[in-house]
Amino acid sequence: MQRRLILLALFVVVATGAAPVTTGKHLYGRYCAQCHDAANAPALRGVGALAADFYLTTGYMPLPHLGVQPRRGRTLEAAQIRALVAYVASLGTGPSIPNPHPERGNLARGMQLFTDHCSGCHQVLAEGGYVTGAVPPPLGADTPTQIAEAVRIGPNVMPKFTARAISSAQLDSIIRYVLYARHPDDRGGWGIGHIGPVPEGLVTWFIAVAVLIGVCLGVGRRLRA
Amino acid sequence: MRRGRDLAVALLTLLLGRIVRPRESRGRIVPDAPGNTSAELVALAFLALASFAAVGFIVAYAVGGNTQYLGLSLGLSLVFVAAALIVTARKLVVAEELEEDYPPEEHVVEQERVEQIVEEAGDGLTRRRLFKLGLLGTGGALGLALLTPVLSLGPFFTTKYYLGTPWRRGRRLVDENGKPWHADAIERDDFYTAFPEGANPEELGSPLVLVRLPPGDLRLPAQLRGYDAGGIVAYSKICTHAGCAISMYRAPLFQPAEPRPALVCPCHYSTFDPATGGTVIFGPAGRPLPMLPIEVDARGFLRAKGNFDGPVGPSWWGVRMWRPNP
Repeated sequence: MQRRLILLALFVVVATGAAPVTTGKHLYGRYCAQCHDAANAPALRGVGALAADFYLTTGYMPLPHLGVQPRRGRTLEAAQIRALVAYVASLGTGPSIPNPHPERGNLARGMQLFTDHCSGCHQVLAEGGYVTGAVPPPLGADTPTQIAEAVRIGPNVMPKFTARAISSAQLDSIIRYVLYARHPDDRGGWGIGHIGPVPEGLVTWFIAVAVLIGVCLGVGRRLRA
Repeated sequence: MRRGRDLAVALLTLLLGRIVRPRESRGRIVPDAPGNTSAELVALAFLALASFAAVGFIVAYAVGGNTQYLGLSLGLSLVFVAAALIVTARKLVVAEELEEDYPPEEHVVEQERVEQIVEEAGDGLTRRRLFKLGLLGTGGALGLALLTPVLSLGPFFTTKYYLGTPWRRGRRLVDENGKPWHADAIERDDFYTAFPEGANPEELGSPLVLVRLPPGDLRLPAQLRGYDAGGIVAYSKICTHAGCAISMYRAPLFQPAEPRPALVCPCHYSTFDPATGGTVIFGPAGRPLPMLPIEVDARGFLRAKGNFDGPVGPSWWGVRMWRPNP
């Protein structure tokens, strides 16, 4: 019994960070090597902690099977992710995990930049959309760090944005806008899914028409009486 | 040719000529009516007003096409035509209640009677020929008015705006702040907007979209060979479909598992292949994006080598016949 406990403790120590790079290497062999060491996925030398952190914390990786667009899903455990990120970062020099400060951004500027650079695919309230050959995801579940990472990587068919295209200060503003867009200020009450003025007008019509019919019925009844 | 002339003569005779038909010595069916000259004048005046309004539409279109004036003139013209027809029907055409039903089957005699009724119903008109002329004039003016918007289908008279772009040989590419683009700043999988240095960025032909592709991936057609600068390609940012700005770039992270790089217009998803000279690979655009030949100068900045290979902006009839002025 005691020996078992000692073994378990040892295992826990090994697994949670005594040597994350070594653990990461094991995990890499288990989850990643099958594709990333072969030619059917990009090589990870030099992608840095940034890319590894993005793909693992969103659950885009490990991919259940090849040939599909990565979707948000179940992630590995936090300790496993830490170990894998450390291992991938150790493969070559690459960008580190960014540390955005959305609270320093300017909301109005963020909206302007978002409509310039992002809304073509992700829609103006970051609810996702469709493009030829891929599905731009909604940004409702992304953390500020993940948004900053995605902008720099350009996952799947998204373009990557260099610091010349979007500076880190601009990125703070964009992230602030994305966070705001989750609970936008819906003037006039219901947002109705934020699908635009035409369906909203249609809903208004349904309500107005129902009220009008009600009034007509009431007037007609009184006249008949 | 001859047949066409005969046809025209026949048409004119039909419209203007007095067809004298030997009337049989049968009694009139429609009672004879005295001419109502004043009502005729009113109807003719309405027709004239309708023609004026139709001409007004053409004028409004020619001066700039204010939609309010266009709608007003066309609407007025139709209202005047309606008024003329109402006056004619109520005051001029001799009306009589028809007591018997129409013949159930074709019957020569009955048909002739109906013809005679139609013929005689117009006897109340004292100025038949003038009336026909009035109708013809109004119809012509209205028809012309309705045909005028066809001019909007393309620049027929002035193509300068569409063919003259600010791009000249040696002109540098700058960003929206006027800072020149250095070739090293153009990275793969990102896309950039560029403008001509020292020119009006608002002009249709000004904005460019820049992307860098691996030079080995370029498949430019023969007439576009050498338009790229070491893998950097420059296209007009204005979609050839409806003139929106190309503001999306499909930049696959990993090929061949993902689709090819493509420039995409957000309005109707016209998708252009930057590797093959901007050819359309999806969507409603009908012709490739115009490509600008560029080069890297001695200091590493991007410069134009000439003008686009085709007209910039949305397409029109015969767009392929034109090339931008050099």
